[in-house]
Amino acid sequence: MSGGFVLEPNGRVLLRLEPVERMLMLSLCEQIIELVSPEDTDPDADPLAVAVGIDEQAWTPEDPVLLRLFPEAYTEDPAASSDFRRFTERDLRQTKLKHAQTVRDGLERSGEKVLLPLSLGPSWLGFMNDVRLALGERIGIDDDFHEEVAELPEDDPRLAMVGVYDWLTYLQDSLVQIMLP
Amino acid sequence: MSIAPAEVEQTAAQAEPDRPWITIVWNDPVNLMSYVTYVFMTYFHYDREKAEKLMLDVHERGRAVVSNGTRESMERDVTAMHGYGLWATLQKDD
Repeated sequence: MSGGFVLEPNGRVLLRLEPVERMLMLSLCEQIIELVSPEDTDPDADPLAVAVGIDEQAWTPEDPVLLRLFPEAYTEDPAASSDFRRFTERDLRQTKLKHAQTVRDGLERSGEKVLLPLSLGPSWLGFMNDVRLALGERIGIDDDFHEEVAELPEDDPRLAMVGVYDWLTYLQDSLVQIMLP
Repeated sequence: MSIAPAEVEQTAAQAEPDRPWITIVWNDPVNLMSYVTYVFMTYFHYDREKAEKLMLDVHERGRAVVSNGTRESMERDVTAMHGYGLWATLQKDD
């Protein structure tokens, strides 16, 4: 396993990835890009609304992964939550899309040594966090997660996801330690 | 740009002129303690002591009020928290 993000003396951040880890990270980028890309705009949509980022099609998602990435903003006011979603979800999707694209571009330009300026750190953090949120939802991670994992049978398909999740947890924390002001 | 519908905003302001709004960040089992501290320091410009205290409140009590102000500014903060992947909501301060 790679050793996490390291701050280089020249102020850049270095991540060494095994070829298989690099391919995995690229694949995760593609999956997040697919997941968060705004749906094609309805051709009948109000062009002014589209221009200012209002999404008339933004409903509360049924997929728990999407609901975790795009949560409700009001706990006890569905109408306000719905309005909030219409006015903000498109931009939020763009934010998450940009993080994943930034990481993908960085990986595509690099080999096993990924060098990035500190200014791209927030995008990498945001991307890795989004992947962990998505995986966490799919695996069903809760506060007793590590005890439960110990009891999973060896052929449980969730174990592979747990491995990726733990790897990203380690990577993300190593970058947070560098990025903390 | 205000993201609250103007008519709703006006009614709320007229009905409750003095009640500020708050942004709450909720605990979840995925977000790292270090990352949550990083977000509070980076976005709100809180010092490390305050950011860590809020992070621990989220972790141990399940939630923390991280900012307060107008409804528009709280909607801005909630949007930002969702951008970072934190689970945040806004409501009127009780």
